Amino acid sequence: MSFDVILLRFGEWTLKGKNKSVFAKKLLENVKEKCKEFSSVRITQEHGRMFVELNGQPYEPVIEKLQEVFGLVGFSPAIRVKNDLEAIKKAALSIVRGEKNVQTFKVVSKRSNKKFPIRSLALNQQIGGHILANAQPIRVDVHQPDLSVYVEVRSTGTYVYGKDVPGLGGLPVGTSGKVLLLLSGGIDSPVAGYLSLKRGVELEAIHFHSYPYTSERAKQKVIDLAQILTRFGGKIRLHVVPFTEIQTEINKHCYESYSITIMRRMMLRIAEAIAQRRKALALVTGESLGQVASQTLESMNTINAVTHLPILRPLIGLDKQEIITISKKIGTYETSILPYEDCCTVFLPKAPKTKPEKEVASRLESRLDMDRLIKEAVEQTEMIEVKPESPETFSYFS
Amino acid sequence: MIYLDHSATTPVHPEVVGVVTDVMQNIYGNPSSLHGLGVKAERLVEEARRVIARKLNCSPTEIYFTSGGTEANNLAIRGVAEKLQSRGRHLITTQVEHPSVYDVMKQLEQKGWRVTYLPVDRDGRVSLADLEKAITKESVLVSIMHVNNEVGTIQPIEQIGRMLANYPKILFHVDAVQSFGKLPIDLQKTPIDLLSISAHKFQGPKGIGALYIRKNIQLMPQLVGGGQEQGIRSGTLNVPGIAGMAKAVLLTEKQPHFLRDCQKWKKALIEKVTERVKPVVINGDLSLEGGAPYVINLSFPGVKSEVLVHALEEKGIIVSSKSACSSKTEKPSRVLKEMGRNDQEALSSIRISLGYQTTAAEMEQCADKLIEVVTKLQQVMKVRSR
Repeated sequence: MSFDVILLRFGEWTLKGKNKSVFAKKLLENVKEKCKEFSSVRITQEHGRMFVELNGQPYEPVIEKLQEVFGLVGFSPAIRVKNDLEAIKKAALSIVRGEKNVQTFKVVSKRSNKKFPIRSLALNQQIGGHILANAQPIRVDVHQPDLSVYVEVRSTGTYVYGKDVPGLGGLPVGTSGKVLLLLSGGIDSPVAGYLSLKRGVELEAIHFHSYPYTSERAKQKVIDLAQILTRFGGKIRLHVVPFTEIQTEINKHCYESYSITIMRRMMLRIAEAIAQRRKALALVTGESLGQVASQTLESMNTINAVTHLPILRPLIGLDKQEIITISKKIGTYETSILPYEDCCTVFLPKAPKTKPEKEVASRLESRLDMDRLIKEAVEQTEMIEVKPESPETFSYFS
Repeated sequence: MIYLDHSATTPVHPEVVGVVTDVMQNIYGNPSSLHGLGVKAERLVEEARRVIARKLNCSPTEIYFTSGGTEANNLAIRGVAEKLQSRGRHLITTQVEHPSVYDVMKQLEQKGWRVTYLPVDRDGRVSLADLEKAITKESVLVSIMHVNNEVGTIQPIEQIGRMLANYPKILFHVDAVQSFGKLPIDLQKTPIDLLSISAHKFQGPKGIGALYIRKNIQLMPQLVGGGQEQGIRSGTLNVPGIAGMAKAVLLTEKQPHFLRDCQKWKKALIEKVTERVKPVVINGDLSLEGGAPYVINLSFPGVKSEVLVHALEEKGIIVSSKSACSSKTEKPSRVLKEMGRNDQEALSSIRISLGYQTTAAEMEQCADKLIEVVTKLQQVMKVRSR
């Protein structure tokens, strides 16, 4: 049995009112982008439904790709036949036969083409009867069947499908405005990026690089992480901020116990400046309450005080184990745990303040040539475009 | 010259030579070095690893580079045996393995492990029932080759893998040196724990190979030192070799008709030879599912393999007797003996093995020369045709 189309099912955004077309348009773009690599595949729309026309392409790899698209809750590979009872019966039977371990089934018919002579209920009975007669041993169970066979009679043809493969859900990327993700090399921030993408944002990322205290490998690791996120978010602009001077200045002029607090405040100031340039409306961090010294509420308060931008913290409700589970699922875990120094670990104080005060932080910061440091860091920031295509840089394997 | 000894080794593809040369000249950093040159070499290695992982449908972190098939086999078997000896000291393999498996098993036997060598049928295939019978509570590893290097018989590794999935404590190693790049191997579909490959069997450079080790499997490193390859295989990475191997892997995908062509030519050659020469014995399975179509093994009782190989070489046809590594020893082939051939048959076999460059014309010439040479030798050796 080979499938002709994949039927796409949408999520909550279909409940929206006037904005609906914006969501649909964006989703169509994203789906098209994902299917680009399959040369025979075309995307079509009809009465609020979206179809992936396979034209001979096996459906599994296509679904695998579509499982990286937010805004889709499920997929059903379907057979398309003419509006002809015998053809429909045959297709329905092959759907049942193509599934393993099906002991009970039901048929759910929908006749949106009223010119078709057989009513839905009668269709259910006739198709069900055909399956019963030819796919023994099998029983009908209308309440909790192992498999529901869906039959949709439309004006252009009849779609028959069974399997429902779950999608990612969420909102189509690019429908909720732009955010700037503070991307370190750790486990948390890529997951935060993923979860914000899930809510439909367009993502840019910012990373603080302290060469030579952190290595080229650490920077490459962050590029690799951004690259993994592009699977879900398309192209990601990564802003790499030179942070060495700021860190050494903090180290020279401020109490060791406040160095992390002030470092985080500097990061936020720079991120805010970059966000303004890039027209991002919020910052996203991988913070989760109580994980480390800088993530107490007191600490967040003191750090947060330097910016007016909303800071989204998608991980706030998650335990470490839950975060790790997601990072393994999205494929960032293996990269995140590579052991390279990052800017937070190099200048790590022995006893960071867990309840830093705003006033103390401000006083310490007055010893720094703040405006110059920030201005220079922003100006010298390198922008890297990370694209979903494979990150290969050697021409040998193309 | 017509080269038909591709199971021994293959000519290196010019594009592979290009990659290896370029890497030697330009990317000479040590991938373990901190500086930029090292980083560049490391990235090249990781990219190559991804290429190979994609071909096998596994994760790049499951690919460990070795110096070739022999080292991969040694590492897999001895590494598992030593690591898991507290769990059990019983190993299972077959009578027809390559020496880099067979002799490791023999060596472990001397050190106190118990080894079961599964018998094979006339085609050279093990039976699932025999394997299941051999399993004991002490068993820790089953090592079975994919394609036999002498006769090309394909072992049912998919069924074996599925059967062994019922014994989660037993690891399954597959020596895929003669099949990788030619027969499809999908590690998501076939439950295999360890798998050996070697680059020079598919137009890659010599001295480079890899062992696939499924995630979360631990084994005892056989080379210790700098801790490369996650500590499993120390030693500075062979960067040009690795890049060349990945290139060769990509080139295997440009040969969609290889198996089909080989099967056609193999059939034609065997038909022609059996029609014109007697006695002749065909060794191996002729079906497409049961035997690799790129290996042909024939015995001409009464005509010694070595003589036949030299006589054919005089006519410009390069074939081999037994596997290349053991060609110099004057003993009847262990594999053929296990397949039920008598000494005469086992001493008179030659292997014709095809490669990507092999053509229909070459195969026809090979058949003609083979018939000519064998007929002449039979007269000299006074072999009576039956």
